Amino acid sequence: MLSNITLGQYFPGDSPIHRLDPRTKILLTVLFISSIFLAESYAAYLLLALFTAVVIVLSRIPAPLVFRSLKPLWILIIITVLIHVFTTPGTVLWSYNILTVTREGIEQGSLMAARLVFLIAFSSLLTFTTSPIALTDGIERLLRPFRRIGVPAHELAMMMTIALRFIPTLLEETDRIMKAQMARGADFGSGGLFRRAQSLVPLLVPLFISAFRRADELATAMEARCYRGGENRTRMKQLKMGGRDLAAFASMFGLILLLATLKWGGVGGT
Amino acid sequence: MSVLTVSNLNYTYPDKTPALKDVSFQIAAKSKVAILGANGSGKSTLLQHLNGLILPQSGVVAVHGQRIGKENLADIRKMVGIVFDNPDEQLFSTLVYDDIAFGPRNLGYDEKTVAQKVEEIMTLLAITHLRDRPPYNLSLGQKKRVAIAGVLAMEPSVMVFDEPFSGLDPCTLQQFLVILDDLYHRGHTLIVTTHDVDIIYGWANEFVVLHEGYVLAQGGRELLEDKMLMAQAKLKTPDLYNIFCSTSYRPVCVDDAAECIKKIGGNAR
Repeated sequence: MLSNITLGQYFPGDSPIHRLDPRTKILLTVLFISSIFLAESYAAYLLLALFTAVVIVLSRIPAPLVFRSLKPLWILIIITVLIHVFTTPGTVLWSYNILTVTREGIEQGSLMAARLVFLIAFSSLLTFTTSPIALTDGIERLLRPFRRIGVPAHELAMMMTIALRFIPTLLEETDRIMKAQMARGADFGSGGLFRRAQSLVPLLVPLFISAFRRADELATAMEARCYRGGENRTRMKQLKMGGRDLAAFASMFGLILLLATLKWGGVGGT
Repeated sequence: MSVLTVSNLNYTYPDKTPALKDVSFQIAAKSKVAILGANGSGKSTLLQHLNGLILPQSGVVAVHGQRIGKENLADIRKMVGIVFDNPDEQLFSTLVYDDIAFGPRNLGYDEKTVAQKVEEIMTLLAITHLRDRPPYNLSLGQKKRVAIAGVLAMEPSVMVFDEPFSGLDPCTLQQFLVILDDLYHRGHTLIVTTHDVDIIYGWANEFVVLHEGYVLAQGGRELLEDKMLMAQAKLKTPDLYNIFCSTSYRPVCVDDAAECIKKIGGNAR
């Protein structure tokens, strides 16, 4: 019953986007998300849509898959649109009691929805094209300069890696404990809220105990193999920025430049 | 009279790995059954079908003539108890007593009946002195006993043990076998899954050999003495049989074997 939970959504591939350095991809995602807020005109939105489309095509991720990642956020998008539609002052198109719909409201609402869609689609592209391990590697390297001010970059990354590694193990364990308790007549699925919470005790106690024990054993096993944190560690896969990464940054700056021109250069109009 | 009937059982995991293919066998009341198979032969999957933890995708599992289905799970789980190999997955209470009482309380017995049952079972398994100890601080052998007590408290007529012999020291193993014999003499039908042919050779009186989800054979002790069959199932013939196969003796435990050697020695002299 727990096997249908999938975590992370890495879609293995060998596209130009997959081959980008994870640091590049993380930074570009941040830049893209900020650039969304530069967009005000239709032309700017068109540009963003075009850019996202090109990246999707380059990544060879099936487009429906990208749009599926929007699914859990539909409600958020709809609420955003409704708030804008009903609360923006301007030319009244339709009104009933306190509800008024304005032309400006519809425009604002749909642009806002478009922003959210771009934001989610682009960041899901990051997780689609970067394996969790590469992602943590990238985060570690990006945080490294902040070590001076006490950010434990390596430790944070190691924790993320271990957490990701143990999610399937813990799910399997949960499944086994549930079965052991069900064999003794435990019932996890029925009763009121309180009863259900209570029925989780026989599941959670063994799960926590085994998780702590596992953590302890893992720590011992790591120390037995001389693990001493990030000092002097070498990596099997060295992260290297190449021409491809330069090109990616160049095109992102191109996009931002264009957006800035549209905003302040007076081209296109609002 | 058969207690447990499995017929044409099939099961495929969600990732399309077939685990059981057309499995059929019957188990007679008051027998000691060993389900034998190499790692990945489908033993654990089969075992979880026996009290409805997994419902058959096709085929039938019936206990005392009752076909297992969604509607009679509570009854079935009362009749068939499963003891899993790792007691840590089962024990959760702060006291041994409460852990044993978990099953009977789930069955809705009143506290007095529960207390009576728990005491009785603790005496049977010689763990009365552990009553007020937290289960997590016990040794593996003690934990196994508490886990068995927890299942026994449901008063199942069939008790199923998943890999019960793994990780026990020789002395604890011996005690465990004595407990199993006690249960057998009290009238329980016992089923164990294992790949340890040496331990099971003298213990069980009925054998089901699984290989890659199929039942290769069901029968008596002679199955374990069939070199071809054991090789096919990725198992081996028991050491005692290997030693004595050229003689007319068939000892199934070490004491018997010693007797046999005395006799053989006597003849030679």
